Amino acid sequence: MSKHAPELFKETLASSRRQFIQRAGGLTLSATAVTMMAGATASAGTGKQSSNAVKQDIRILNTAIAAEHEAVAAYQLGAESGLLNDAVLPIAIKFQGHHKEHIEALAAAVKQFGGVAAEAKADYRFPVEKLKTQSNVLEFAAGLERGAVSAYAGAIPIFDNRDLSKVAASILADEAMHWAILRNALGLDPVPGAFFS
Amino acid sequence: MQQGQHIYQQCMGCHSFEYHRTGPMHCQLFGRQAGSAEGFDYSSAMRESDIVWNEESLDQFLKSPLTFLPGTSMGFVGLQDRAQRTTLIDYIKERSMSDLCAQ
Ligand code: HEC
Repeated sequence: MSKHAPELFKETLASSRRQFIQRAGGLTLSATAVTMMAGATASAGTGKQSSNAVKQDIRILNTAIAAEHEAVAAYQLGAESGLLNDAVLPIAIKFQGHHKEHIEALAAAVKQFGGVAAEAKADYRFPVEKLKTQSNVLEFAAGLERGAVSAYAGAIPIFDNRDLSKVAASILADEAMHWAILRNALGLDPVPGAFFS
Repeated sequence: MQQGQHIYQQCMGCHSFEYHRTGPMHCQLFGRQAGSAEGFDYSSAMRESDIVWNEESLDQFLKSPLTFLPGTSMGFVGLQDRAQRTTLIDYIKERSMSDLCAQ
């Protein structure tokens, strides 16, 4: 992070550090994910959905889980790169934590629907040769978050179970915030437009 | 080309040209049998389909993946706008056959 980091970002960094410390025990994770899912899957298995529709929802969920696993691995790469300074590293770890929580919530839904949640792959291909500076890493992360927002926007309309659309929308909102913060850190307009596609 | 690249951002949450991610790589997509890129774990629906990727099949698939290929794991609503699809498909064709895709 350069000395010219906008005030907004500095404040975010400070609070993120606090949260990172609060979260160190990892206890909040499951609780949040479980609460998120409690209402969301109340209708799972009530027989209101055809079995084909349930299977399709499980496939969509698992594709989202696969993308979330990729994000977790990407932030891991960024965190271990040695390129992130003390101000930025906690942010990366915090965002990675969110992606882990998304996996928990989505996997809980898959289970509740009688499916098996997608596991992380053994390894991921990333454009490592292009990651030479902190800005490169932030651009890479911003690109992934942007893609993720777009992917959720494309998944929300096709869930047969509307409760799952709600969960996906909640995740989309979080990932859009990550994208904005990362853009801000890069000195780009954090909120480039009224609409997103 | 630039317009196509912009639309392709909607695919980049899951795809890249050069390598498999959540979705299969798009290099050498044209003329490829659907579900046949080595090293990617496709849905059985995709693997067992007899689709070959060209302008027409891509246009139908991308309009509404789940309708065109029930059972696909590509959880994406599709692109309703025909002109957008055409622009995107032109871009993918050019890019997937360009030097950037040569191994
Ligand atoms: C949410 C993630 C996601 C998004 C977004 C997405 N795809 Fe996919 N795509 C997949 C997955 C997963 C598969 C494998 C599907 C299967 O096996 O049924 C796939 C398969 C494909 C295939 C078949 C390739 C082959 O090797 O047979 C094409 C073509 C394709 N996608 C194009 C696109 C395009 C173009 C876009 C953007 C408009 C897009 N996809 C957006 C996840 C995604």
